[in-house]
Order: sequence, then C-alpha cells, then structure tokens
Amino acid sequence: MRIVVTVKFVPDLQSQRSFTDGTVTRTADDGTMNELDENAVEAALQLKESLPEGEAEVYAITVGGPDAVAAVRKALQLGVDHAVHVCDEAIAGSDVFGTARVLAAAVRQIEKDGPVGLVITGMAALDGLTSMLPTALAAQLDIAQLTLASTLAVADGVATIERHLPDAHETVTAKLPALVSVTDEANKPRYPNFKLIMAARSKPVTTLSLADIGVDRAQVGAMASRTTVIEASPQPPRENRLKVTDTGDGGTHLAQFLIERGLA
Amino acid sequence: MTDTIVAVLVEHRNHEIAQPTFEALTLARSIGRPVAVWMGQEPPADAVAALGEFGAQEVRVLAIGERARHPKTASAALAAAAGDAALVLVVSTFLTKEIATHLAIATDAGVVVDAAGADMVDGRVEVRQTVFGATWNVRTRINADRAIVAVLPNTTKATPADTAAVAEVVDVVAALPDVRESIDAVVPVAREEGVPLSEAAVVVAGGRGTNGDYTLVRELADVLSGAVGASRDATDEGWISHEHMVGQTGVTVTPALYVACGISGAVHHRGGMQASGTIVAVNIDPDAPIFEIADFGVVGDLNDVLPQAIDALRAHRQG
Ligand SMILES: Cc1cc2nc3c(=O)[nH]c(=O)nc-3n(C[C@H](O)[C@H](O)[C@H](O)COP(=O)(O)OP(=O)(O)OC[C@H]3O[C@@H](n4cnc5c(N)ncnc54)[C@H](O)[C@@H]3O)c2cc1C
Ligand SMILES: Cc1cc2nc3c(=O)[nH]c(=O)nc-3n(C[C@H](O)[C@H](O)[C@H](O)COP(=O)(O)OP(=O)(O)OC[C@H]3O[C@@H](n4cnc5c(N)ncnc54)[C@H](O)[C@@H]3O)c2cc1C
Repeated sequence: MRIVVTVKFVPDLQSQRSFTDGTVTRTADDGTMNELDENAVEAALQLKESLPEGEAEVYAITVGGPDAVAAVRKALQLGVDHAVHVCDEAIAGSDVFGTARVLAAAVRQIEKDGPVGLVITGMAALDGLTSMLPTALAAQLDIAQLTLASTLAVADGVATIERHLPDAHETVTAKLPALVSVTDEANKPRYPNFKLIMAARSKPVTTLSLADIGVDRAQVGAMASRTTVIEASPQPPRENRLKVTDTGDGGTHLAQFLIERGLA
Repeated sequence: MTDTIVAVLVEHRNHEIAQPTFEALTLARSIGRPVAVWMGQEPPADAVAALGEFGAQEVRVLAIGERARHPKTASAALAAAAGDAALVLVVSTFLTKEIATHLAIATDAGVVVDAAGADMVDGRVEVRQTVFGATWNVRTRINADRAIVAVLPNTTKATPADTAAVAEVVDVVAALPDVRESIDAVVPVAREEGVPLSEAAVVVAGGRGTNGDYTLVRELADVLSGAVGASRDATDEGWISHEHMVGQTGVTVTPALYVACGISGAVHHRGGMQASGTIVAVNIDPDAPIFEIADFGVVGDLNDVLPQAIDALRAHRQG
C-alpha cells in the first residue's frame, strides 16, 4: 500500500517568539515543516511499521516555493521513503481550493506507479489555520474523508477513526482509499536520529512543476484565488499594561482592576 | 443592498439555540435580509420565535436528523436551502469549516473562516480576521459571487432587531448525496453547567501552575459568571477534560475577559486566546511570556492571589 502524507512549510512559530524576545533577528523565510504534520508523518510511519516489511511505502508531498523543500527533507529525516516537492511560480497565492487541486494532481501522479490507499494530513497548518484543506483534498480526489482523527486503525481495507467534536465523540469508518487528518492527540511524533538524518541526505527529492502533473496554470495561484487579502497590519501592542507584584494585596488589586473596567 | 439574502446556519443542541447564532443574525442584518437555516429535527416554536426576534424572516428547515453530522450531507442540505443567498454565515467550528468547504466546492464560493466581522463593499463581501496567533489584522475580499464566512463567537454583539419578524417556517427538501463514511458510534459529551467555553464572555483558565487543583479557577469563573479553560499541559495531565483546552489545537476563544492562572503563555496557547478583549494573568514567574500580552498582570502565587480576588469580587457583587 502507498501512503501519502502532506506536509506544509510554515514560518517557525518559535522563531517569531524569539524575535519578540529580542534574540536573533531571523528572515521572513525562516520556516519549518508544520508541527502538526509531524503527527501525520508519525501516523503514516506507524502504519507502515505495523505491516509486514515491504508492504507499505510512505510518500511525503509539499506544495510551496523553493524553500518548502525543507518540509519534505524533514519528513525524510523522520523516515518516509519518498519525497515530492511541487514547486511552480504559478502556484503562489493559491487559496485552499487551488492548493487542494495541486495536491490532488500530485497524488494522482504517485498513483501512476501504483494505488494510493491512504492520504494522511495534519489537522491544521499553523499559519493559515483554516483546517479546510483536508476536506477540500478528499473532495478533489473523490475519496472518503476521515478528519480530526485522534485514533486511527486500518484493517481489512477499512480505516476506523475516533473523532472528538465538542458535542460528541464519534467513531467513523470508511473503505480505503481514504483521506485521514490526524490531531496532535493521535500519537507522539518521533525525533529524527543520527542514522536517519544521514540516510535522508542521500534520498532524492522529486521536484514537479504544474506541467509535470497536468494542472492548468489558470486554475491555481493568486489570480484563481476566491479570496484576496487587501489589508494587513500588525496588531498594535496592548496599551497601558499594568503588572503588580503580590506583596499581600495582589488579589485585591486584581479585583479592583476588574471592577474599574466594568468586567466584574 | 438590503435585498441581499444572507443565510445563517443555526447552531443548536437539543433544540437550544447557541448564542453565536444570534450574533451571526445580527451581523447578517447589517449586510442584508437574514434567513435562518435549521438542520436536524424540526425546530420548536420558541426557537422559531427567537430567530424571528433577531431578524430572521424565514426559518428554512431541513429535517434530516442525524444525517446532518456528515459534513458532505449537511453541505448539500445547506446548498438546497441557501441557493438564493449571496452570503452564507456559519459559526466557526471544526464541523462547520468542513461543511463550508464542501459547500464552496459545490457552489464555487470563496470561504473565510474564523472571521471577526464582515461587510459588503462594492458588491463584494469583505471579512475582518486576526491571524498569526492574533498578532496581525487582515481584511480579505471574497472575489467569488457567492461567499461563505465562518464567524468566531463573541465578535459581534447580539442585539434583537428593531422590529421583530414573525419568522415563517419553510420546509426544504434536499437531495442528499451518498457518503462514503459511516458514523458507527456517537457518544455525546456531557454538557457542563453554564455557558460553553467557546461562547463565554468571561474565561478563567488554569494551567500547570494549578498543580491539578481547579477549585480556585472554578470559583473565580463562577463569581465572574464565566467558563473554565485550560492549557494543554493541564488537559494532557488529565486534570480537566480535553474540551477545556484553549489554543491553536483546542478551542479559539475571544471573550471580553480572559484570566490566565498558572499558564506560561506558550505561542500555541496564545494563538487561541490572544484576541480576547482584556487579558489578565496571574503567574509566579515575572518573566512568563503571558505577561507580554496581559493588560493586567499579578506576579504571585495563584494560591494566594485568587482567594483574595474571589473574596473581593464576591463582596463587590453583594454590595
Ligand atoms: C494567514 C493566512 C490566511 C489564509 N486565509 C485563507 C482563507 O480565508 N481562505 C482560503 O481559501 N485560503 C486562505 N489561505 C490560503 C491557505 O492557507 C493555503 O491555500 C494553504 O495551502 C491551505 O490552507 P491552510 O494553510 O489553512 O491548511 P489547513 O487546512 O489548516 O491544513 C491542514 C493540512 O493540510 C496540509 N497542507 C496544507 N497546505 C499544504 C501545502 N501547501 N503543502 C502540503 N500540505 C499542505 C497539511 O498536512 C496541513 O496539516 C490563507 C493563508 C494564510 C497564510
Ligand atoms: C503542535 C502543538 C500544539 C499545541 N497546541 C496547544 C494548544 O492548543 N493549547 C495549549 O495550551 N498548548 C498547546 N501546546 C502546548 C504548549 O506549547 C505548551 O506546552 C502549553 O501551553 C504549556 O501549558 P502551561 O502554560 O499550563 O504549562 P507551563 O508552560 O509549564 O507553565 C506553567 C506556568 O505556571 C506558573 N506557575 C507555577 N506555579 C504557579 C503558582 N503556584 N502560581 C502561579 N503561577 C504558577 C509557571 O511560572 C509557568 O509559567 C501545543 C504544543 C504543540 C507542540
């Protein structure tokens, strides 16, 4: 069985924080593989390892600019077998639907060598954070969607997940092929070890353009995007912030603050 | 412009309408003519009346029962009920984001989720959002003729319409698609007393610093009529159930007041609460990152600070 994992290249969350903490100033393209995609990679690797040797192969795909190759390289270090980077200027500015179209075409490209049983994604990308991509990709591929899995089991060609929604916990099943998005509850991602890091160095990354996967340039990118950001500004810092040290009356100060602000 | 039909998908549980639905109806009224879309079992009369009070002129009902749990099915039903709407508003949840995605694919609509507001500019829907863990404000235009916006709770103040409509109930019949997934078990999560976390105007959250004892956090939430939240470390420890987790992988909250007790303020946590109105933090460590975003911070032990605050607030309430 072929298992495809989607991994997104996103700005490093922690680097933004260390920037505000006044440490190293980093460039805007300082990024990493989306943390939540580590759970997707882990789910794919665990599934592969649960099957007899040679029965499953794991592919990682990323869609993004030249820097995004770092995301699939990270996946190789974690132990995936193959890496695919779809990179084309025309993809820049795609919305969720454009991105899903490109990812779907890349999955179909992999299918040319043999069927894909599962596509595993993260629950959200920590930059766009829409959580819409998994649904859009399943729809594009016209396969079952098992989203927000906090557990995943595959047996006899059927995938079963548990999904924790605020009002209920659901158990959902579907025949393969299926798309599964996993939450950070699903597993504990492994760390790359020295052996894997060395092995990853010699593994190739397949780079594909839109032409390679047969996607019409007019259907993706900023021009085809159904949404356009027209204004963006940093949130002004909160003004008149107060910090007191408790010397026996900290609780009273807190209460007074809430009362003065009309919040109590 | 007022001819624009704005469909609002009603969030309800056991026939009780969730407050964010009224916020969405209020927002819908500022843009066009609101119609409510109700999925599941038939709505009770008082629910229809309440929707009318907030301006819904029609309540379009899809009696599809539990099938509404399937996002693709719910999307097909919503498409049948909202075919004439230029804008569909839903309350942002994981499930409605999936419904919105299917609906967008079926109707070529553009979607923005986790919105803080929307308006109509030159015939196009424009949406306000805070992104990157609420450190940036963006305005996004939806270029498509049809727009879907998922709004965060507490971003519009719900106000009844000046002239309450008597909402007309319209039954809608939808052709529902076959689905590939089967939902084999649904175990309801027991609902806690009081307001749900995502909708609460006040959230009092406790983290690792509580050491597992939520008594003071609950008491403070109680005296402020708020809901209880938690950090992931606290839910991972099993101190409190997962539904209470605030953050990028938990619930996103935008209450008027957020009180963080014994929470360091990790970037993942901040992403889910940084857009709150007023932020208060109690932390023993003066360098805790939560103080960077707190309007009012107390450096101290929560076991000393909270009991005193609770007493003072109780006294204020009584006097
Ligand atoms: C701040 C911001 C706001 C945005 N708002 C909107 C919006 O309102 N509407 C809209 O249509 N688009 C929006 N976009 C564009 C959208 O983020 C991208 O199209 C993106 O590739 C898919 O959406 P996501 O990042 O929200 O992914 P999510 O749906 O949150 O991601 C889920 C999973 O999908 C996979 N995945 C997502 N993107 C990729 C990728 N490029 N390569 C490989 N795997 C991937 C990952 O496994 C990830 O864990 C926004 C982008 C940003 C940065
Ligand atoms: C992919 C990913 C997603 C994540 N998503 C989320 C998420 O959605 N939500 C989330 O919350 N976390 C999330 N996390 C975890 C997050 O990074 C932090 O680890 C977590 O938020 C820390 O919880 P905490 O603040 O309770 O604990 P800590 O960071 O340990 O902080 C405890 C704080 O309590 C203070 N303290 C201790 N004793 C006292 C006392 N007696 N009185 C007052 N203060 C005291 C300490 O000074 C400290 O600042 C995620 C992590 C990852 C990797």
